[in-house]
Amino acid sequence: MRIELLNKYFKMDQLPHIWCPGCGNGIALGAAVEAIDNSTMDKDKICIVSGIGCSSRASGYLNFDSLHTTHGRAIAFATGIKLANPELNVIVITGDGDCTAIGGNHLIHGCRRNIDINVLVFNNNIYGMTGGQYSPTTPRNARTSTSRQGTVERQFDICKLSENAGATYVARGTVFHYKHLIGLIEGAFKNKGFSIVEILTPCPIQFGRRNKTPEPADMMRLLKNSTSFSDDGKTKIGVFRDEKEPEFVSEYIKLLSNEGDISV
Amino acid sequence: MAKRVSLSGNEAVAQAMRQINPDVVAAFPITPSTEIPQYFSQFVANGQVTTEFVPVESEHSAMSACIGAAAAGGRVMTATSANGLALMWEMLYIAASSRLPITLAAVNRALSGPINIHNDHSDTMGARDSGWIQLYGENAQEAYDNFIMAVKIGEHPDVQLPVMDCFDGFITSHAVENLEMLEDEEVKAFVGENRVAPYALIGQEPVSMGPLDLPPYYFEHKRQQAEAMKNAKRVILEVAAEFEKLTGRKYGLFEEYRMEDAEAAIVILNSSAGTAKAVVDSLRAEGKKVGLIKIRVFRPFPAEELAEALSKVKAVAVMDKADSFSAAGGPVFTEVRSAMYGRADGKIVVSYIYGLGGRDVTTNQIEKVYNDLFSAIETGKYEVYNYVGVRE
Ligand code: SF4
Repeated sequence: MRIELLNKYFKMDQLPHIWCPGCGNGIALGAAVEAIDNSTMDKDKICIVSGIGCSSRASGYLNFDSLHTTHGRAIAFATGIKLANPELNVIVITGDGDCTAIGGNHLIHGCRRNIDINVLVFNNNIYGMTGGQYSPTTPRNARTSTSRQGTVERQFDICKLSENAGATYVARGTVFHYKHLIGLIEGAFKNKGFSIVEILTPCPIQFGRRNKTPEPADMMRLLKNSTSFSDDGKTKIGVFRDEKEPEFVSEYIKLLSNEGDISV
Repeated sequence: MAKRVSLSGNEAVAQAMRQINPDVVAAFPITPSTEIPQYFSQFVANGQVTTEFVPVESEHSAMSACIGAAAAGGRVMTATSANGLALMWEMLYIAASSRLPITLAAVNRALSGPINIHNDHSDTMGARDSGWIQLYGENAQEAYDNFIMAVKIGEHPDVQLPVMDCFDGFITSHAVENLEMLEDEEVKAFVGENRVAPYALIGQEPVSMGPLDLPPYYFEHKRQQAEAMKNAKRVILEVAAEFEKLTGRKYGLFEEYRMEDAEAAIVILNSSAGTAKAVVDSLRAEGKKVGLIKIRVFRPFPAEELAEALSKVKAVAVMDKADSFSAAGGPVFTEVRSAMYGRADGKIVVSYIYGLGGRDVTTNQIEKVYNDLFSAIETGKYEVYNYVGVRE
């Protein structure tokens, strides 16, 4: 991240952050900030909403109006914010556990409504903050503190899930492919509808150490080697969907003005 | 033979779970209770228990899975804290009213917001009217002992209610203490076979659980639930007596500490009782007649017994590590004072809210409370509703 953005967008008195050495969350947040800086959004009309978990500490570090909410509910809070004040650009920062386990229901219904909010999912494949329990995106056979012989459950593909639930902008990037990631997030901001960017990010402490990649550099290498821009069997990164469809808040306002009530 | 071990409160409870070897544990991680299911999953992986361990996707699901498993006749356990307990709220009531003896390690933590992970009692105090039995413990030993006794209390045919084993987050859950652990066989023999409710979903007769219960019978069912809670008081003491025979450790509805001729008394819960006992000792050494009551059983509430224990003091301060925001005193205070009405009249009874969100509880704070009580006795002047250890 460009250094001047630090003073511009961060609450310097809240730093240093609590993330572990080698954690990818800082890179993911840096990419988000660069995308915000590159965008035409009015910076005073940005609202950051987060849930609970390592990723969700991000809202406390950014110098925007922000709401740090309860576990799993960030999208539900964001839905309220957007409906009450459609002018705001609402950005949800969440994690795989927060967004697809305890908050999974809010995710699919946000997608289904196509409400104009931007969801950045920091997917580290594990519950980091609480000590490395497996999450809905933990790969099969991966070892975690609640699956010491390997996870038997299957994992969610967040992008497929969102796409099929109706999100109109769906993309996946990694913190290794930093520039590419910034572009993906910018794309999310441009879409008027439900946008989701799944950001693959390493958790060396809770995931790596249990799965033979304890070094942050190893995890970065893994991100590089296990992903691809094309359909070659590796985890694909890029934009999966970018389409225009009726957006929930606009439709709602239309409905109200038809009824002669324009108080929204 | 019991053995001395050094364990954190969480580890001690996880060990108790292992020794009990329940049928099902369903849990979701939340600080500071996470370690309990985490240690337990290790026991599952090692084959030390035969439990079905279900790491669900939220606490609501955790309690729902526990209810399902208990309805099917299983012996069921879980652990949570703060917002996890709050997310279970809907299901807490279902568990209690369905009369399902589930055991929950409730590791006390401040309930959001603002978000805080440290200890106070705002989480379980909020659940005090959910129909669960609530046991509170001062240290890892009591957390361990209460957990084992909880199973037997909840499953008793006259009770059939879920039980919370409450102890302080971090202070008790994470601090390593010496404690006495029973042998596995002793625990198994003590808790015995699961006394499955006759109406569980496994009998010959098909039963429906949790159906719509309209005005003709709802009230009767609630009345029975209330009766079960009344019975629990007797059963808790019976189980404690049996436990004492096994371990030599004596448990009652509450613990009285140097109350013999006390003029000023504090009523308190959980780990702060340890701090307060140190203050009692030092004030006693100065010749001051002070005493302490540590409530162990908050649900059912030992109203008559507490009033009796407080009938000889001149002044009582009830210290709450949770605010009820009633603008009329903390939750334990209002219950203690109401218990004393008509049974121990004419006393000075005051409320102190302390230690919210993990604020350190010091001996100075407790000493101040005793000094306030003595000055109230002397001058007759005092405030009823007080805070200690906070910037005003
Ligand atoms: S636990 Fe993992 S995700 Fe959380 S801060 Fe540490 S490295 Fe990052």
